[in-house]
Order: sequence, then structure tokens, then C-alpha cells
Amino acid sequence: MTVDRSRLPIPGEDRPFHFPRIVRRTLANGLELRAVRHRSVPIVSMVLLVPGGSSVDPDAGHGLVSMTAGLLDEGSRGQSALDIAERVARIGGDLDVEVGMDAVAIGLTTLDRFFERGLELLHEIVTAPNLANDDCNRIRNLRLERLAQMKDHAAAIAERAFARVLYGSHPYGHLPLGSELALTAMTVDAVRAMHAALFTPAGATLVIVGDRSEDQLLDHAAALFDPWRAAASTMTIDRAAGLTPPPSTALAALAVIHRPGAAQSELRIGHVCAARSTPDYPNLLVLNAILGGEFVSRLNLNLRESKGYTYGVRTGFNLRRGIGPFVMQTSVGTDVTGPAIHESLAEIRAIADDRPATGDEVAQAFASLSKGYPRGFETAGQVARSVAQLALHNLPDTYFEEFVPRLARVTVDDVSAAARQYLTSAKMSTVIVGDLDKIHGSLAGLGLGPHQVMATEF
Amino acid sequence: MQISYTKKTLSNGLDVIVHEDHQLPMVAVNIWYHVGSKNERPGRTGFAHLFEHLMFEGSEHHDHGYFPPLQRAGGLLNGSTSVDRTNYWEVVPTGALDLALWMESDRMGYLLPALTDQKFNNQRDVVLNERRQNYENRPYGLAGVAMSAALYPPDHPYHWPTIGSAEDIRAARLEDVREFFQTYYHAGNASLSLAGDIDTAQAFELAEKYFGSLPAGPAVERVRVEARLKESASLVLEDRVELPRLYISWHSPAMFAEDDAELDIVADVLAHGKTSRLYKSLVYERRIATDISAYQLSREMGGMFQVVCTASAGIKLMELNAAILGAIVELANGGPTAAEIERGVAQTEAQFIYRLQTVGGFGGKGDQLNAYNTFAGNPGFFDADRQRYFDVTSRAAAAAVSRWLIDAPSVSLSVVPKGRRDLALPGATEVQVS
Repeated sequence: MTVDRSRLPIPGEDRPFHFPRIVRRTLANGLELRAVRHRSVPIVSMVLLVPGGSSVDPDAGHGLVSMTAGLLDEGSRGQSALDIAERVARIGGDLDVEVGMDAVAIGLTTLDRFFERGLELLHEIVTAPNLANDDCNRIRNLRLERLAQMKDHAAAIAERAFARVLYGSHPYGHLPLGSELALTAMTVDAVRAMHAALFTPAGATLVIVGDRSEDQLLDHAAALFDPWRAAASTMTIDRAAGLTPPPSTALAALAVIHRPGAAQSELRIGHVCAARSTPDYPNLLVLNAILGGEFVSRLNLNLRESKGYTYGVRTGFNLRRGIGPFVMQTSVGTDVTGPAIHESLAEIRAIADDRPATGDEVAQAFASLSKGYPRGFETAGQVARSVAQLALHNLPDTYFEEFVPRLARVTVDDVSAAARQYLTSAKMSTVIVGDLDKIHGSLAGLGLGPHQVMATEF
Repeated sequence: MQISYTKKTLSNGLDVIVHEDHQLPMVAVNIWYHVGSKNERPGRTGFAHLFEHLMFEGSEHHDHGYFPPLQRAGGLLNGSTSVDRTNYWEVVPTGALDLALWMESDRMGYLLPALTDQKFNNQRDVVLNERRQNYENRPYGLAGVAMSAALYPPDHPYHWPTIGSAEDIRAARLEDVREFFQTYYHAGNASLSLAGDIDTAQAFELAEKYFGSLPAGPAVERVRVEARLKESASLVLEDRVELPRLYISWHSPAMFAEDDAELDIVADVLAHGKTSRLYKSLVYERRIATDISAYQLSREMGGMFQVVCTASAGIKLMELNAAILGAIVELANGGPTAAEIERGVAQTEAQFIYRLQTVGGFGGKGDQLNAYNTFAGNPGFFDADRQRYFDVTSRAAAAAVSRWLIDAPSVSLSVVPKGRRDLALPGATEVQVS
């Protein structure tokens, strides 16, 4: 057999793929259950999703939700943190507490034969954590030290500053870890009150994915979680706090955090943008793939492959229950900071203006997003997290099957309209973490007005 | 337990390994070239990695960049370089397998005609940015560079980091690229795995079709350099960090060699999870450290056992050092307890099963088959690899600790905030890294 190297082989038809079938049940206490049968390796993956992440932190208590979630596996039912860790290790478990701005997700993956023990453990740490004062102090100190270490991490500094510049005092204006001031003042009583207010069966969703019948997974979960009742709390939380409209103008158009001697400039560019519920979501996915979501996107081809300014650049529409941001992130050579910002803003402007997405770009983006879609359903953990996302955003169980057909209806005009509607050059904020003395000169020519020097706040 | 496979070697020496798994309509293409930064020479470092970048810039019959056709087909792709090997992979929908094989084979057979000064200069800039982003501009980012340099003499291939020195990257020339490609990038020095939604017979036909006519290339001489650390050293590096961190490293067994699995378990007993000895003592009880980790880094010519511990504010590294060395002496004397061994085995078993979940990408089944084929000469080494851990006894673990960590010299590196040499181990010598 010889190979025809005069042209690339044309890919054949996609083979059909069956997306996970979700089976639901609602318990009398309000807890939503979801089960998916996943025939692969003998592993079970579970996620308990509780809506209300760091966006429900009290104004003076930034970091409280994260601290509360972080204490769940630090001891329960009178057992110590070490006992819990030993139990997780004995079942080869992978326990993961994730705190986002919209939700807390507690994930546990274990071998199928340890499913029952794993689920009991998950149930126990969520419903009966010790929340002891000594553990609280220990975890607080570890977190304060983590915050201290982040002061030297350019990307971490940029993330914090960018959230603040865009959102100010809005619930999305701070990161889940919180601040030194708030963590220092945090009491174990506040943690207990937050636990009682946040971890309630009503509103929460438990997803279980494994190679057992859905009924078997659900029956077991139901028996265990049926007696779960919300505890009385001295604290009232507003799970919809993130849905408050963000400020219409950012704190700064061009902000610099001075880092003398920095080897590079860390950049964030963007503005508040849209909620996950926007009907334009598919259009934004395609737009993002073209602009900066993939290796072959305009920004990466320009800044990396053409100019050699960076190791890579990414954009994303970080859509949340409330209005999330559009953000471009990269790290560029100090000497090319000004030109890199100029090129970035020019690319973002152009796709909404004189260089709109082409038919070929839209086709490329659609192909990439749709043909690779089944890849996201390979492991039990991936499936569990995807199903939890549906619960968080109130999406139908048929969402996965409908995703590609819906994406196929996105037209070139839809993408251009989305670019015009959701990317506004005049509203873009640029945050730089870099050596101001060296980049100072190249900022003046950007036409962004005077830069504002920001302090590193943690 | 096993990753089922069939292996054939083409007449040009290319190993082809096929694994069927029809769960997703996807195939993972994975290729290993048995070349890494250990094949470089002093003054020419960073080359294997820079070369990896150039493999994505187009080849003779498709001179337009490697990503667009594959991403358009719904593929995911990447590559990486280590001291010992370089790998490249694509995960594509089944219908795009021909495309992926066409592209992989074109860059194996026909890279050089498409290589220009312009591409070369551009990727050199990209790599210099990568180095600044991931090493120079990152807290503790240069500690690993300093440690390798101290643990191995200047002419040893593990002396320099895979990313290379900035000076060498700047000095790289296009003619070096050509020579490097001709020496290492050919069928006889590569291993190809196809894993996923594919029929075995058809997979071998396709491999033969696309790769069978490519030249075998010159035989590659394996690098074998013995390394001995003559005496212990203590170094200090001032960095832009808030908290001081201590690194202690020893030479250790090579991958799959005697004591390799024992030291892996020892690393877990010392510092994996809250119930590990050092986490429990330093972070949980005494609260003088904010994090601790330990690992046995197995490599082809020899391993490195390393403990890394970050001090809490106000704590001197001397205090951590004493505790870490004390725990190691205890392990040498008594070995892990039965409960520790049991826990280690439970975790190992789970980790091996978790590794069977994905067909492609870094660490997927295709990648593992190539790793075993390249380093153990047997793609079916999965089960034997797992068995090594089940066979670890307390006595053998204790003996390994004595042999490698007690009766052998080590290098300790204190990374401290600028101007805080007082926090470092006493008597440490200052190192400069860039």
C-alpha cells in the first residue's frame, strides 16, 4: 500500500455515540438524586453539589464558604481528621472538595467494591462534620500561609486583582479562598452557622455514576440520605447573591501591579459579560473557539505562532449563574508587554468589527467542538461532573444529546452578532502584573489612558 | 489485570502496539521517540524540548501547522519531553484515524524539508517565554534546576533541566536541529500505540501503510552514565518567596530496578496524605510546616528520591531537617508498620485501576503501553509493575531506606526569602541559578 501524500485524508463519518442516560429521583427532604450507569472500569464516582459557592460569603467574611467546605473532611462524628483520611485511604478513595463562585462540589471516586463505604463517608462528612475549634484554627493557619505564598505567584495575583477590578464589592469580586483579614477574624461559630445554612438537602443534588443498575445506586443513596434534615442556623444566606447585576463600569481600564524584576508580564483582559443562561451560549462557544479558545485560535496564532510573544494565550466566557466575565489570559515577555496588549485588544476588537468570523472559521470551530464532544464522557468522574453541571444550571437531562444539533445551527451571522453584543472594546479592562519600571514606556501608546497602580491585596 | 494488546515490529524497526476499547468512538494515537534531554550535550541543552515544538510546525507534505486539520476533525493533541523520552499523541474520532496517522508519519519521515529559519526563530522565542513563565517567574521555580545541577556532575545528562539553559536555547542553530532529527527521529527509535475504537488487524494494516516505507534510521546508542554523589552538600537559594522551603534529594534506583517500588511506598508512608508520618507530625500535630511531599522519581539511568517541605512562618529549616531525617532513620530501623503497608497497597491498587479509565492523552492506556514498551521492553508490563508494589515487605522497605537514604550522601537545598539566609540550614553554600 502506498500513501497519497499530495493531500490529507478526509475523515470518515462519525460513529454514533450514546450519551449518558440520567435517572432521577427526588427525596422527601428535597435532595435531588441522579444516577448514570457507566460501563467501563469498576469505579464509582459521586458528586454532591450544593448551590451557593463563595458568592454567598458574608461581606465581612470572604472565605467562609471555602473554609466551611474545607473543614468537612477534617473530622466527623467525633472521629479525627486522621481517622477520616485513613478511611479514605483504605478504600483507595479520591476525595475532592471544590469551591467555586456558584457552588460547592464534594466529589469522591472509589473502587466499585467500596461504593457503600464511600457513600457512607461522603454522607457523614457532609451531614455530621465536627467543625471543631482546634481544627478550624489549624486549617485557618494553613490557608493564611497559602495566601502568603500566593503573593509571589504572578498568576494568582492577577486572578485576584482582575476579579476585583471587574466586580468590585459584587459577590463575584473575591475569590473563594478569601482574604487575610476575613480569615483571621473568622470564628468557628460562623463556620458552624454557615454549615447549617449551606448544607441542606433542599436544593442539593447527589450524582452517582458507576457500573451498577441505576436503581441500585439510587436505592442505596435514598436509604442513606432520607433522614438528612436541614439544621437550624443563626445565619441567613442568599443563594442567588451572584445573580445581582455586576457594576456597569470596572474599577480601572488599565491597572498595573508592580513586581520589580519580574521575568514576564502576566496579563488579564476582559469585562463582565453574560450569564450561563443566555440563549446565545452556543454562539459564544463558537466565538470563543475562533478568538482564543483553541491552539489554532486567532489570538494564539498571532501572539504565539506569529510574534513569539508568549508560550500561549487563552480566552474564555466564564459564564456563571449570574453574569460572568469574558477573560483573556496570557503571560508575555516584559519587553513586548505593550505590543502584546495592543495586539490582543486589536484582535478582540476586529472580530466584533472589521474582521468578523468567516464561514471557514465557524466550520472549523463547530467541527472541533462537536466531533470531540464524546471525549468528555470517558470516565465516571467526567460524567458525574457533567451531570452536576446540568443540575447547577437547571439544564434538561437531554442536554448532552441536544448539544451538537444545537451547535450545528450556529451561523456566521450568529457569531458576528454575539461578538458585537458580548465583546465591547471600550469596556475592556487590562490588568498587568509585571515590572512597571520596564513596561511603563510601552503603556502610554496603547490609548487606554493613564494606568492605575494597584497594590497586591490578599 | 492487564491492558490487553497485540504488538508487532515493522521491518524498519517501528514497534506497533494495538489495544482495543470500544467504549468511545475515538482512537488514541501515541508515539514515543526514545530521546530526551539526556541525549543532549553540555552547551547544547534544551534541544530535545525545543525540537518537540518544531514537530508541530508542519512537514513536507503538509506545511501549514500541525493543529488545524486535527482540531477540525475533533482531535485533541499534545506532546511532552522528559529527560528520557519524547511523546506525541492525538485522540481522534475513529473516522479521522487515517488523518492522524498520515500526519504523524509525515513528520516522522519528512520534517526537515519544511523546516525554515523563520519557524525555528519563532519557536525559540516561544520556548524562552515558556521558560520564563514556568521557571523564572514562578516561586521556587528554579529549585529543581539547582537540585539537578548539584546532584549530578556537569557532564552527566541529568545535570541540566529538560527546558535547558536560556543561554543554550538562544545559541541553538538550525543545523543542530537537522542533526538531532537525523540521529533520533526515525522508525527504529520509536514506538507507536493505537488504542481505542479500532480493529486490531486493521490497525496493523494502517500502521504498515503509513509508516512501513519510512527508513529505519541509524541505530541509537543508549546513554549510560553512572553517577555517584561523592559527598553530601547543602545549598541555599534566595528567591522571591514568602515561606522557606527545604528540598532533600538522594540518588535512588532506576525505573523498575530493585528497591524502586519499595522507595515509592516509603515516599507514601513519609508524606502522602494526612496519615503519613511527616504530614501527621509536622503539619497536623506540631504545625511547623505548611506542606510536605516525598517521591521516588524513577528514571532510566537512575532515580532521585526527594522530600520537599515548606516551613510555617517563623520556622527555621533546621527544625524541619531534623524531623525529616529522624523519620527516615526510624523507617530504616523499623520499616513501615503492617497497617502502613496495607494502606499503601490499597492505594496502589486503586491507582492502577484508575489508570485504566482513559485510552489517550498523557497517562492514558496508549501512553502506558508505550512507556512499558520503551522502558521495560514489554508493553504488557502493567501487571508485573503492579505486582512489584504488592510484593513490598516492611523488611525490604527498611533495607531500601538504609541503602539509599542512610548510607548515602544527599543534597539539601534551602530556598529562602530574599535576605533571609538565617532561615536556611546552617553552613549552606549559596547557589546562583538562572
